[in-house]
Amino acid sequence: MSEWWTYTLSDFLLFSPRTYYRLFELYNAAIWPAQIAAVVAGLAILALLCRPGPWQGRVAAAILAACWLWVAWAYLFKRYATINWAASYEAAAFALEALLLVAVGAIGGRLTFGAKYSPARSVGIGLFVFALVVQPLVGPLTGRAWSEVELFGIAPDPTIVATLGLPLAADRVRWELLIIPLLWCVISGATLWAMEAPDAWIMPSAAVIAVGAAMWKVRAL
Amino acid sequence: MAHLSRLSRRALLRTLAASSAVAVVGRTIAATPDASPLTRPIPSSGEALPAVGLGSWITFNVGNDDVARDSCAEVMRNFFDVGGRLIDSSPMYGSSQEVIGYGLGKLNKPARLFAADKVWISPGSRGPAQIEQSRRHWDVPRFDLLQVHNLLSWQEHLPTLLAMKAADRLRYVGITTSEGRRHGEVEKIMRSQPIDFIQVSYNVVDRDVEARILPLARDRGIGVIINRPVREGALLKRIASRPLPPWAGEIGATSWAQLIIKFIVSHPAVTCVIPATTRVDHVRENVYSARGPLPDEAMRARIVAHVEKL
Repeated sequence: MSEWWTYTLSDFLLFSPRTYYRLFELYNAAIWPAQIAAVVAGLAILALLCRPGPWQGRVAAAILAACWLWVAWAYLFKRYATINWAASYEAAAFALEALLLVAVGAIGGRLTFGAKYSPARSVGIGLFVFALVVQPLVGPLTGRAWSEVELFGIAPDPTIVATLGLPLAADRVRWELLIIPLLWCVISGATLWAMEAPDAWIMPSAAVIAVGAAMWKVRAL
Repeated sequence: MAHLSRLSRRALLRTLAASSAVAVVGRTIAATPDASPLTRPIPSSGEALPAVGLGSWITFNVGNDDVARDSCAEVMRNFFDVGGRLIDSSPMYGSSQEVIGYGLGKLNKPARLFAADKVWISPGSRGPAQIEQSRRHWDVPRFDLLQVHNLLSWQEHLPTLLAMKAADRLRYVGITTSEGRRHGEVEKIMRSQPIDFIQVSYNVVDRDVEARILPLARDRGIGVIINRPVREGALLKRIASRPLPPWAGEIGATSWAQLIIKFIVSHPAVTCVIPATTRVDHVRENVYSARGPLPDEAMRARIVAHVEKL
């Protein structure tokens, strides 16, 4: 791309904010009551994070992988791709993250949660709770309709933030699980920034917090 | 391009001054005697083209949302009703091509449509397949105009498009750029290739093309389509809170959008401007903007000076 310095973020925005949020409204209506299952899945992962046991890491990773696959197929590929041709590639990346979660966590058993307190573990659980409870409220609190709500396990952004929390809450940081979520934080932050969305800061902030906490954890070990 | 009409400046100015009548197809047009829009001759053929078209960047990319698709179809209906013809899209614009196809189907394929699309793919060998896909989205027998989008692989695409034109599978060939990019290369193509149209950005504050591109288009008999006339709304947003100068009334402009469109189409090299909108009232206003008096050189300078001060 020559003269790349002349491009701004808005040059890459293919749709209007109205169309973007309307997509969530139609998506939520089409998949109801899957939202209930997603909330139950999120609470189940949270319980597994907080109650250490021999299998909790494998089960949490498997549930999260299912959420990633769902978002890849039902949202990115089937819906978002209708207004953004790049979403097909993003759906493939989400499917890859689901495979990584299965390989590393569910099958490999390398995502384990101990009972031992650490600041990074608290940050990880904090990010997960934020994604599950607070992040869905941000849209409605900044003027968007409740019907456009973005939920963990259903929409990409809260699913990503929750996933950032998981390796931080684990005994060892699994960087391979963080790469795709961090890339999405950049993409989503840029998209929302270009749309002048008031919550554009959330995804980049979550990425910075996650990387900071992960690096601190690695040094502390 | 031996038949290409080399219209003189005087001839173009004469054309500007007179709003020629367009073959009336829409029933609303027939019922509205003063609805004939300003037209411009396409330099390479002399065919009259309404000076205001309809862009689809962002505005028509609404996916599978039935309500929004119907809303876009309504915009198209009103566009045709007030005499519009040229609709422009690209494979880069998400679902816009499919939405246009949906609207055309709903409107029973208006005969006055001037279908302008683009080829945007690399390598160029994939161009024919993309063009065919675009044609299926629009559901038209052929495109009137195909342009190489942002000059991507133009060396490969232009021979394909020119061959399609020679085989009567396409009427006009063009290239596009936007926001002042790669003007040197645009000039080179204008001088060396038998193209019918260029598409560039031009408005009251983005006037780079005035220096070389627009004069060259006139000299070479190349039609000019203008994109981003209001910087995707940002220009209007910037000046909307300021009062319209009273002298805008001298050319019949009652809004900033009208004043800006009048400024653009008053340049003698401009064939058509393609504002995009989601609103029925705006699409009608856009087409109406090109009717009535247009600014002369002194008024054009006055508009520029005024907007630059805001």
